[in-house]
Amino acid sequence: MSLNTKPNIASPDDFYQDLIDLHRDLSDEESRDLNARLILLLANHIGDMDILKAAMSAARKDT
Amino acid sequence: MLNTYAYPEFEYIQCDEQKHNTVKRHKAVIIGAGPVGLTTALDFAKQGIPVVVLDDNNTVSIGSRAVCYAKRPLEVWDRLGVGERMIEKSVEWKVGKVFRDEELVYQFDLLPEDDHKIPAFINLQQYYLEEYMIDECKKQYGDLIDFRWKSKIISLKNNDDHVKMQVETPDGVYGLESDYVVACDGANSDTRKMLGLEFDGHFFQDRFLIADVVMKADFPAERWFWFNPPFHRNQSVLLHMQSDDVWRIDFQLGWDCDPEEEKKPEKVIPRLKAMLGDDVDFELEWVSVYQFACRQLKDFKCGRVFIAGDAAHQVSPFGARGANTGVQDIDNLTWKLKLVMDGKVPESLLDSYSEERVFAAADNLLNSTRSTDFITPKSPISKAFRDAVLDLASEYEFARPLVNSGRLSMPTPYLNSSLNTPDEDTFSGKMRPGTNCADAPITVDGQDTWFLNKIANSKFVVLTFDTSITDKTVNINGIDCDILVVGKDIMDSKGCLQERYDGTGETTYLIRPDQHVAARWRTFDQDKIKKAVLTATAQ
Repeated sequence: MSLNTKPNIASPDDFYQDLIDLHRDLSDEESRDLNARLILLLANHIGDMDILKAAMSAARKDT
Repeated sequence: MLNTYAYPEFEYIQCDEQKHNTVKRHKAVIIGAGPVGLTTALDFAKQGIPVVVLDDNNTVSIGSRAVCYAKRPLEVWDRLGVGERMIEKSVEWKVGKVFRDEELVYQFDLLPEDDHKIPAFINLQQYYLEEYMIDECKKQYGDLIDFRWKSKIISLKNNDDHVKMQVETPDGVYGLESDYVVACDGANSDTRKMLGLEFDGHFFQDRFLIADVVMKADFPAERWFWFNPPFHRNQSVLLHMQSDDVWRIDFQLGWDCDPEEEKKPEKVIPRLKAMLGDDVDFELEWVSVYQFACRQLKDFKCGRVFIAGDAAHQVSPFGARGANTGVQDIDNLTWKLKLVMDGKVPESLLDSYSEERVFAAADNLLNSTRSTDFITPKSPISKAFRDAVLDLASEYEFARPLVNSGRLSMPTPYLNSSLNTPDEDTFSGKMRPGTNCADAPITVDGQDTWFLNKIANSKFVVLTFDTSITDKTVNINGIDCDILVVGKDIMDSKGCLQERYDGTGETTYLIRPDQHVAARWRTFDQDKIKKAVLTATAQ
C-alpha cells in the first residue's frame, strides 16, 4: 500500500474545524506539544513504515 | 572519599631489554591493561601466543568506570576462565524502570531466555573485573604474559614486518619491537595519535556527573532511570546497584555547568541528599564529570597495529556498550591472528577484523546516538517529541517502546561478512551466518555442561545433527576442525540445540573459533565444509 493522497476524509470541513478548535486557547508551545502527541498517535495507528516515510517526505516537500 | 576496595599495587620490574640495553623482537605487544587489554592478554596466552603488556600505571582502574557487562562479553570471559568469578561477585539484574517526575512510565524486563549459562546482564565495578583477569593471567599464564607496569609508550612506528616502539619507564627510555601490536589504551589512546588516526563522529553538548556512593539502601537490583525528577529538575538521573553496597548514580548536568565545580563534594552531596532523602547515610566512593562522544575510526587496523575498545570507538554510556564492545573486538581478532602467526592462512584474514568490527561499532554507535538524542534532545522540537512520548507512555502502551533511556548492548551479527558462506537452504531461528552461537544445556559423558563451554577451545567446530558421522576431526589445509555430533558426542539434554539451531535431519553448522556461525547446511558435505572453512579464513 502506498500513501493515500486522494481525498479520504468524509467531511473535510468538519475535520478542519476540529483540528483548529483543538488548538484554541493554547500557547504556541502547548500547540507544538499537542501536535507532537497527535503525530505519535496517528503514526502508531498507521504503523506501516513505508507509508510513514512517504508522509514524512511529502510533508517536508521533498520531491 | 570512602574506599570499599583496596587497590592492588603491581611491582614495577625493570625488563631485561632495558637493563642490558638490547632490542628484542616480540610476537605481540598489548598497549593498555584495562578490560580490553587484559582480555587480549588472556586470549592470546590461552592460544599459546606470548605477549608483553605495557601499562603506564601499576594498579587496576581507579574509581569505578564501566559497570554493566552483557551476556556476550561474559561468555567470552567464561571461555577465558574468568566469567564465573565475575558473575559470582556481581549483582545480576533484568528489570529496568523509567520514571518521569515521580511516576513510573515504562518498565522493561530483559526476560532472559531459560537454559543459558550466562545471565543477560551483571553489574560489577571495573576494578574487580581487572583484578580477576590479572589474577588469572598470573595463575595460568605466568610464563606467557609479561606485564610491564609503569611503562608508557612514547613512540610507535609501523614497518613492513614489525612495529618499532619506544617505552618510558622509571629507569628511562628503551626500544622494543613486535610482530604485531594491539592498542587497547582507551579513549585518549596515545597509540592512535602516534598513528595519526582521526575519528568520525562527535562529542555531545552535555555533561554527566558520575557518583559511586556507598550506602545501605532499599532500592532493588534494577536499573532506574528518571526524566525530570523532582530532585533534579529538567535533567535525567540513572541509578544502578553494584557489589559491596556501592551504587552508581549518573546526574545529567547540561552543557552550561562548570565540571570542576560540580565534582566537589559540597556540590555533589546536596544533590544526593535531594535524591535519597536526609535519613539515608551514604559516603562518596568516587566522583567524576564527563562529556561523552559517539565516534569511531574508519579502520581498526593500521599496518601491523590493531586498535580495539575505546581507542577505536566511543559511545555514550547509556546502553553499556563501551567495554562490552571492546571485549568482542578481541574475541574477533585473536583466532585470526593465531592462524596467521602459525602460517596457516594469508595475512589478508586480518583485514576482516576491521571489516567485521567496524560494522559492529557502527551499529553500536547508531544505537547509542539514538539513545542520546532521546536523553539529550538537540533542538526544541526534538525535546517536544521526547516529552510527547513520555506524556503518552504512562497511559498508552504504544508509546512505551519509543522511550529510549539506553538500549542495552547486544552483539551485532556480522550478517554481511566476507567470511560467511551464504545459506543455500532454508532455516528458521536466529543462527544465521555471522551470528554468535546461542548457548544450550548439554550432557557429555553423562555430565551436565554447556554448549558454549564445549566449543571453547578456539578451534573451528563442525556441529552436526547427522548421527552417522563417525569422524572426530577434519583437517582442512592445516586447519584442525573438531566434529561434534549431536546425539553422540554431545547430548541435547533439553532439546535446546535442536530448537535454537533448527537442527532437523542432518543439519550441519560450521562454527568459527570465536563461536560465530560461518556456514550451515541441511546435509553433512565434506566438500562444502572445506570450502566454507577456506572462505572463513579469507582463502
